[in-house]
Amino acid sequence: MEAAIKQSSLDIAAIRAQFPVLAQEVNGYPLTYFDNAATSQKPLRVIEALNQYYSVYNSNIHRGVHTLAEKATNAYEATRASLQKFINSGEKEEVIFTKGTSESINLVAATYGRQNIAEGDEIIITGLEHHSNIVPWQMLCEEKGAILKIVPISDKGEIDMEDFRDLLSDKTKIVSVAFASNALGTINPVKEIIEAAHSVDAVVLLDAAQAVAHLKVDVQALDCDFLAASAHKMYGPTGVGFLYGKRHLLEEMPPYQGGGEMIKEVTFEKTTYNDIPFKFEAGTPNIADIIALNEAIGFINDLGKENIRTYEDDLLAYATEKLKAIDKIQFIGTAKHKVGVLSFIIEGMHPFDVGMMLDARGIAVRTGHHCTMPLMQRFELEGTIRASFAVYNTFEEIDTMVASLQKITSRIN
Amino acid sequence: MTAVEEIQNEIIEEFEFLADDRESTIFYIMELGQKLPAMDDSLKTEENIIKGCQSKVWLTSEYKNGKVYFKADSNTDITKGLISLLIRVLSGQTPDTILNTELNFVEKIGMGQVIGSQRSNGFNAMIKQMKLYALGYRAKAQINE
Repeated sequence: MEAAIKQSSLDIAAIRAQFPVLAQEVNGYPLTYFDNAATSQKPLRVIEALNQYYSVYNSNIHRGVHTLAEKATNAYEATRASLQKFINSGEKEEVIFTKGTSESINLVAATYGRQNIAEGDEIIITGLEHHSNIVPWQMLCEEKGAILKIVPISDKGEIDMEDFRDLLSDKTKIVSVAFASNALGTINPVKEIIEAAHSVDAVVLLDAAQAVAHLKVDVQALDCDFLAASAHKMYGPTGVGFLYGKRHLLEEMPPYQGGGEMIKEVTFEKTTYNDIPFKFEAGTPNIADIIALNEAIGFINDLGKENIRTYEDDLLAYATEKLKAIDKIQFIGTAKHKVGVLSFIIEGMHPFDVGMMLDARGIAVRTGHHCTMPLMQRFELEGTIRASFAVYNTFEEIDTMVASLQKITSRIN
Repeated sequence: MTAVEEIQNEIIEEFEFLADDRESTIFYIMELGQKLPAMDDSLKTEENIIKGCQSKVWLTSEYKNGKVYFKADSNTDITKGLISLLIRVLSGQTPDTILNTELNFVEKIGMGQVIGSQRSNGFNAMIKQMKLYALGYRAKAQINE
């Protein structure tokens, strides 16, 4: 079947014009940026928000009485309010700013985990998790004598709900899974996972790093207990992210770090802690980037998640169809439900060599284990070549990559 | 001009033909890699490994008649190509030559731009390991004298 270029309701040329980084040549060729699962590019409105903040109202937030402090505080809290709507949490106090997904997961492991996990308890993750959703739980298990259980991954890159249910028991205290896989694109059946986990009273954390820019995320509809994500994978700045947690859980959890902002009152004898979300935001936060994140949310909202999803699905279907036609390419991860991630290998070539050759044509992909070494071991691979799409990518760019890959594979004897 | 300088100049001339074309340069390095004789699997041990970013390199050496001979392999063709250049320059030289040679071809052929900083770290680790072998053989030779 010939893959078809579909008409999108989005004006992709106008969208591209908002991303200055895309309008450049790399190694003498127009840049084709297919490394969006690692980090997405930033639209002008995000860059401009950073510039505005530092040029016009840079000030420390929350305690200042002066006008600039007030302005900065309002802008900072406005991002929290936008995020609340973006993930549909019940209250904005349930949204905590962090450095990113990794820190969000570490925060939960170090506070909720330390408080609630005892020897012999079990934590369940899946075999496709990013190292960020493996290592914090390993550290916790080691400290507490708890056991980490892994849901196996099928050849297609999916989990079987039966396998997951088999692992669940009254010993299960935490389930932490990716909403979507960074290495394969697989969208996990998170709603089912959450329901099943709740039936044994386990709490569920969703690693939504690969979901927030591409899929509808509604924490109330999902009923997840925690959700972690990063700004820089959703057209926002690097170095900021957030953690959603249900109010009663966040309130019962001890603080993560001590410092300014997180306290109510300090004497040398005793410190009482601030209310959520501030209890978890010790020290001066990354004010500028958090303010600029609001513009990234605005960018996504203006386009509409549904429109973005439809367009990226079309890109993925088109790329899959085109790459299928190339001899010697083997897809890794062929799940039924995927975000715009295409992982593959070329028989007889190391992913690193392929990545270097694509780069020579201005095509940016990621090669290697994608911080999912256990998953790569499951497929008996050192790594894959991964092309991942964002809303500004085009069908023509996919054609460019396909042409390069044809040239590369033609060199294999 | 010493033998090592001559070899380095040859390499510089070869790469001049590629005229800063990144794609041709990479293809050429890969071809060099494919030509490097494969190392026996029994030598691909943890002991002989030099860990780089995404590629593995195995390096062994042998000391014969006052000269050091290197064998190397990698799991990626580009890395293999890069090592083949080092072997061409340094293998079969005396420990003193290996220790005293400045590898000026690396900069002259614009290797840094082609392989990037992370991989040049791996490249430098290879050079360092080759020089360490040379140092070891020289010390051994001095003891035996």
